[in-house]
Amino acid sequence: MSKVHTVSSKEPLFHMIKRDGISAGKAWAIRLIAVVLSLIVCAVVIVAITHQNPLEVYAGIISGAVGTKRRIWVTIRETLLLLLVAIGLTPAFRMRFWNIGAEGQILLGGIASAGLMIAFGNVLPGWLLLLLILVASMIAGMIWGLIPAIFKATFNTNETLFTLMLNYVAMQLVTFCIVYWEKPAGSNTVGIINGDSKAGWFPALFGSDYGLSVILVLAVTLLVHIYMKYSKQGYEINVVGESQNTARYAGINVTAVIIRTMMISGAICGLAGAVVVSGASHTISTSTAGGRGFTAIIVAWMSKFHPGAMILVSLFLVFMQQGSIQIASQFGLNENASDIITGILLFFLIGCEFFIRYQLEFRKKKQEKEVQA
Amino acid sequence: MEMKNAIELSHVTKRFGEVVANDDVNLTVREGEILSILGENGSGKTTLMNMLSGIYFPDEGSIKVKGQEVTITSPKDAFDLGIGMIHQHFKLIDVMTAAENIILGLEGKQILNMDKVKKQVQELTATYGFDLNPDQKIYDMSVSQKQTVEIIKVLYRGADILILDEPTAVLTPQEIDKLFAVLRNMRSAGKSIIIITHKLNEVMELSDRVAVLRKGKYIGTVETRTATIESLTEMMVGEKVSLDIDRSEPHDRHKRIEMRGITVRNAEGTKVIKEASFTSYSGEILGVAGISGNGQKELLEAIAGLQFIESGEILYYSPEGEVKKISDMKADEIRKLKISFSFVPEDRLGMGLVGDMDLTGNMMIRSYRNGHGFFADRKKPRKLAEKIVDQLEVSTPSVETAVRRLSGGNVQKVLVGREIASQPTVLMVAYPVRGLDINSSYTIYNLLNEQKEKGVSVICVGEDLDVLLDLCDRILVLSGGEVAGIVDARTTTKQELGLLMTGHKKSGKEKEVLS
Repeated sequence: MSKVHTVSSKEPLFHMIKRDGISAGKAWAIRLIAVVLSLIVCAVVIVAITHQNPLEVYAGIISGAVGTKRRIWVTIRETLLLLLVAIGLTPAFRMRFWNIGAEGQILLGGIASAGLMIAFGNVLPGWLLLLLILVASMIAGMIWGLIPAIFKATFNTNETLFTLMLNYVAMQLVTFCIVYWEKPAGSNTVGIINGDSKAGWFPALFGSDYGLSVILVLAVTLLVHIYMKYSKQGYEINVVGESQNTARYAGINVTAVIIRTMMISGAICGLAGAVVVSGASHTISTSTAGGRGFTAIIVAWMSKFHPGAMILVSLFLVFMQQGSIQIASQFGLNENASDIITGILLFFLIGCEFFIRYQLEFRKKKQEKEVQA
Repeated sequence: MEMKNAIELSHVTKRFGEVVANDDVNLTVREGEILSILGENGSGKTTLMNMLSGIYFPDEGSIKVKGQEVTITSPKDAFDLGIGMIHQHFKLIDVMTAAENIILGLEGKQILNMDKVKKQVQELTATYGFDLNPDQKIYDMSVSQKQTVEIIKVLYRGADILILDEPTAVLTPQEIDKLFAVLRNMRSAGKSIIIITHKLNEVMELSDRVAVLRKGKYIGTVETRTATIESLTEMMVGEKVSLDIDRSEPHDRHKRIEMRGITVRNAEGTKVIKEASFTSYSGEILGVAGISGNGQKELLEAIAGLQFIESGEILYYSPEGEVKKISDMKADEIRKLKISFSFVPEDRLGMGLVGDMDLTGNMMIRSYRNGHGFFADRKKPRKLAEKIVDQLEVSTPSVETAVRRLSGGNVQKVLVGREIASQPTVLMVAYPVRGLDINSSYTIYNLLNEQKEKGVSVICVGEDLDVLLDLCDRILVLSGGEVAGIVDARTTTKQELGLLMTGHKKSGKEKEVLS
């Protein structure tokens, strides 16, 4: 009993209480405070490290992302691409199948698109070629998603390693194709495909080269959302993801669901490859996927697979990315400066979710306690 | 006689969001007594004890330990005050020995003297009459031995106030007797013991006083010798409850399931069911008894198509008179044949339900395939969920609540409700009332009886032998994966079941008495 005094009789300064629920307004207010706080911290960091006026740096980021009409379109295009890949990952991730092979699936879609553009550029009518490109890129991505799924379902291989390694195989395939498609010879690049005829390019829509991409991505987003939420197959994916035992108990063929879902996931990522190659770059290289397959994982997780949130998160990440290119040249900083800012912003944004779920109860005033005692 | 209070709780309140788990609770625990904390499901027993053991922190009120006001903010604080809790789910490391688990997490010298530790452990076991080998690995232990390790772990840390959460839930009758003897020894040694329970006969047998909680409120404490099972039930539930199970004579018996020499191996390659044969009939409840882990789970899963069957066959006799061999089918194939099995598995949230889905989503597990379209119908499942909530009095904020957030009893009601709703011909339930309070338990028993009277063949795996004897028509006893015997529940005794459970086989002729 001599030990009793070792325990302080003081109530702790604060303790956490889980919130039962929070109004949407209050939640957004917390997020807003988080953004304001993070901008203040960023400003301090900018002044300390770069001796620049933080407001000017912020203005530079904004100008870089949305300063001109062209920049706005680039930001939109990149956002959509990232969104499309994140949407592609969603069904697999909901099933707890850790597909980190989106990078490779994008490249395969890109190879299919580039190959068709080169082979049939002057043969097929434009609309048919475009249709073919969309279908073929999806099939190519689908195959790249199917391979790890079959191995997972039959041999229970680790899908994380498997999909990751397939990324490198995909890169080698691209390198291999470049040897054949090289133009001009000896450049070791493919160059702009069909630069004159624009065969197989996404046609301009609503006065923009990226109009079709916008429509395509938003349509896929909507379809996947509906598929996951209301379809029987979407329901199966959710059950398999939660517990394979429950799925078997419910009579769900787990193997079939894994294979089917990875085909869908791969197909959407493959489509993203077509959107890059046919819709934007009109060429192919090993950096066509550009790390989007990995960044999209962050997007999918941060938005908890909610499509609306995915749009916002993609936009945020791309906005900072585009802004960083601008401040790098404008202030002679390297692009890491923007990464620091992005990091601080993310820290606050993810951190504030804690305060949305929990509230802190501070120690009650001393007088009140004494009165009670 | 003036007794000192080991613990005094006054005006303790704990809220989780809108839910008030403990509302202005006052409670005293005396030194050297066994106090039962009795209460319905969700009445706040465990929450209250978790505040003593430092897992939760009270929102209001004060705690006095041995007369001194204290603040307990972590399990370590609780240990420093001599309070130790033995949780319902053991927190042990399988690959370590008993002694290693006991000292786990304690500070000490750089060089570990295991011999000294073992000696101390042996002293403790000798003092209180435990039966434990400190060198035995946890994975080699029975549930009761693991519990012993948990208790000694707490004693080793010098606890003189022990809290046990539902300690008898998984023990056999003999093991319960042993545990109670040990607890009485501890009481004689001056320790205070708090037992969270809802088993009334154990309360009567063991405790000195009983504190009753109802819906988070403290109802009162009574001396056990002045109480009766009826009076305690009334305090607990707030009204008089009838504790009788209405067993009707089976009628219209037809064969439903016939198992012939089934052998099942588990993933590790050990035989978990050996040459098991039995027949179940419509309009009867067939009980399955056995020591935990003797093949009960696998027996039901084999019928449901969730186990790989090595040899033997299972036949299903439909009410229309068809006979189908289902032993080489998987669950989805059995479903396609329109065989109407319902199965309430032991692992409710890991197999029967999806924890993170809401009630409606969980109803869909059985029905989402209905209809021809691409989209799943959510309207009917939603109505079913509302009906179950209404009829079985499930307490949930809404049918959109994730089932993980419901209490154990409510989870079970949702599961049983769904399974019965599909109008099965065979209903298999494993431990249907595990962790449930009296009222919920009797609701479930009544549901099973209703199904029996409707002509369903009910197979019920249970652990409470008293209940099996009252509820079932026949009882199948499993021992080491073998059918040790099938007995008439109306004429057999607990002792006979106990013998069969420990492997004393009945001779072949007698085994077939009723089948």
